Amino acid sequence: MRRSLLFIPGNNPAMLQNSDVFGSDAVIFDLEDAVSVTEKDSARTLVGEFLKQTHDMPMEIVVRINGLDTQYYPEDLETVVSDKIDTIMLPKANVEYLNQLDKLLTKIEKDKKMTKKTGVLPIIELASSVLEINEIVRCPRVNGVLLGAEDLSSDLEVERTKTGNEILLPRMQIAYACAALKIDAIDTPFTDTNDMEGLEHDCRFVSNLGMNAKAAIHPNQIPTINSVFVPTAKAINWALRVEAASRQAAEKGLGVFSLDGKMVDKPVIMRAQKILLKARRYNLIDDNGGVL
Amino acid sequence: MKNSIGRFVPQQFKPFVSSSDYNNHKRKLIDEKKRTDGFTMLQSVSDMFDKLNITDGMTLSFHHHLRNGDFVLNAVAEEIKRRDIKNLKLAPSSIFPSNAILVELMENGNVTDIYTDYVNGPVAEAISKGKLKGMCVMHTHGGRPMAIESGELHIDVAILATPTVDAKGNGTGFIGKSACGSMGYAESDLRYADKVVLVTDNMVDSIESPQLDGSYVDYVLKVDAIGDPNGIVSGTTRITKDPVGLKIARDTTALLDELGMIKEGLSMQTGAGGTSLAVAYYVKQRMLEKGIRGSFASGGITGYFTDMLEENLFDELFDVQCFDLKAVQSIGKNPRHHAMSGSRYANPFDDNVVDKLDFVILGATEIDLDFNVNVTTDSHGKIMGGSGGHSDTAHGAKVTVITTNLIKSRLPIIKEKVTTVTTPGEDVDVLVTERGIAINPRRTDLLEKVKNSKLPVFTMQQLLEKAHSITGQPDTLKLSDQPVGVVVYRDGTVIDTLYKTN
Repeated sequence: MRRSLLFIPGNNPAMLQNSDVFGSDAVIFDLEDAVSVTEKDSARTLVGEFLKQTHDMPMEIVVRINGLDTQYYPEDLETVVSDKIDTIMLPKANVEYLNQLDKLLTKIEKDKKMTKKTGVLPIIELASSVLEINEIVRCPRVNGVLLGAEDLSSDLEVERTKTGNEILLPRMQIAYACAALKIDAIDTPFTDTNDMEGLEHDCRFVSNLGMNAKAAIHPNQIPTINSVFVPTAKAINWALRVEAASRQAAEKGLGVFSLDGKMVDKPVIMRAQKILLKARRYNLIDDNGGVL
Repeated sequence: MKNSIGRFVPQQFKPFVSSSDYNNHKRKLIDEKKRTDGFTMLQSVSDMFDKLNITDGMTLSFHHHLRNGDFVLNAVAEEIKRRDIKNLKLAPSSIFPSNAILVELMENGNVTDIYTDYVNGPVAEAISKGKLKGMCVMHTHGGRPMAIESGELHIDVAILATPTVDAKGNGTGFIGKSACGSMGYAESDLRYADKVVLVTDNMVDSIESPQLDGSYVDYVLKVDAIGDPNGIVSGTTRITKDPVGLKIARDTTALLDELGMIKEGLSMQTGAGGTSLAVAYYVKQRMLEKGIRGSFASGGITGYFTDMLEENLFDELFDVQCFDLKAVQSIGKNPRHHAMSGSRYANPFDDNVVDKLDFVILGATEIDLDFNVNVTTDSHGKIMGGSGGHSDTAHGAKVTVITTNLIKSRLPIIKEKVTTVTTPGEDVDVLVTERGIAINPRRTDLLEKVKNSKLPVFTMQQLLEKAHSITGQPDTLKLSDQPVGVVVYRDGTVIDTLYKTN
């Protein structure tokens, strides 16, 4: 379960060092687009050494490797895959590359005698990948999907806009495909780092579509993203009341009951449980059951 | 001799006891200087030296309101050099990189002792290299007026750059081509120096509500320019964009909220640095959300605070020094934006403003396990700053918060012992870094308030270990045993000694 994933350029030592302080649910050490061709080696070495030194990072560690259509990915994987990371992010993902990546990771995990099974986050940034989304989410190790709107717009030869009409379809397709598999539907970064109102609006829009997280390209975006992809205080209060009423109804042997004059049945109870799961995960309920 | 926190104190100075020890002493006031019936116009800097008979061994004082754009101290230094006057003591309230000419005067024995509240740039480097024959005595902004009014710092001639002077010798910084706003640090010099010269580049018939009273003024010198407006105040002061600084600011605000400090009638002070202004920004957001209004903000004032005044988020501003053009413009037109003297700001024996502060946000070059803070030297012991109002506000405010990165340039900011103590740990309540918050164990009341919060509170030792886990443990630096100066606490006692460095 994620709300925010923060991209950190792999060639920037200061940002690597501070990557764990901004409260994102995941950090993505980027070896791909943020790193120029001339710095691919140094970024890979830097991230590899940083991972060896670091410990106790309180969030998921993701590394975006270079695509499987490049010459860089074998060394990327060999350098960064270890028990120190959780997930590999794969650019320009499709079913073929994801199956290939699974085999590569299986071999590395065996060779390095790793205890952890590395997850995979595919980026959907080609029109052909959008059409494959239902297969992509079922590929081995896939624990979420990120929409890469910049490359996708380029593939579609359309202008990227703040309103995002041009990516409405992939957003909805990713939301549904991920919901079906109970994995994270992660929205594309909001690229205007000075427009916090626009960011909040964008987060709310995709949240209403069913996406449950967003990638960030600047640490200052994290508080806004984290604040949107959690249930509201009103929703948490409602869910707490449903939970309490449900408990009482169960003691009386009732499967359906009424709360505030409205019928509460299993789907409503499940929605309340999902809200509370997220609220408790992100410490939004205090020890006395009050909403923070 | 060692003081109460174990720091060496040279023989001729009084050792620091505690930050509240001044309560055991009475205020000492010498007579104010004799009032004048009118002033005499001077023709030139050279004429000033002749008329005032500035000779070997005298003490000359200056203020630093023109900051890095000041021409007056440098013009006087040129004349000292030309006349080769020896063994002078200079008492500028601060020294900036633009005052580099003083290095030559130190090397030539023209200037043997310096009394100041803050020094950086070439002069600081030269002092650290031992180029003063005497000592560098570093006061606080509140300690300096205390030293002057008590006669501990006797001034023969105060040479005060003044943006506008009127026909009665009254002075103001509010208007003129070199306007700098409040001139709070000049007021004690004006009242207690043996002789006072105002140096100006703008003379007018009369000034409404002048900050400098003409009846103390002996001489006025009109020059083409007293300073470079570009160096006097910055065009704007901006909130940091550094994500680490913003994270620290957000956490600081969350902590202040948890402590119940963001409340109706609050009073606060922050520095003009980007992170401090970011704290002001987030506090402002909380004030707007809560629909509350503060009583006052104080200190060096920035446009950020004048905007908050305009938006009625504060009743008043108390301004000892304007940091930017917006603040200069505001002080001349908003009647709720008051100029104050350095004494009223922070003199421990005055009815001062710092004692009325709810909270202050301050920085640190180093902070140690006892919460002592260094803002005077770097980790090699080289002078690069000074207290300014640090120790004054830290003592006065109900809650003193230090905000700093845990690691700067690969160096941990927390030390087992700071290289130099500027502000004693007894007056420092909280440290906020990007990797957690430490609360002084003396403040059991604050610890109690946050014990059920989700704030990342650690002990200082735990934060030190976090820093070392990233940087490794730095070697301890051995300082030389040759004193070049002293850090004087606001009550006139010595809290630490400054040593010669290579």
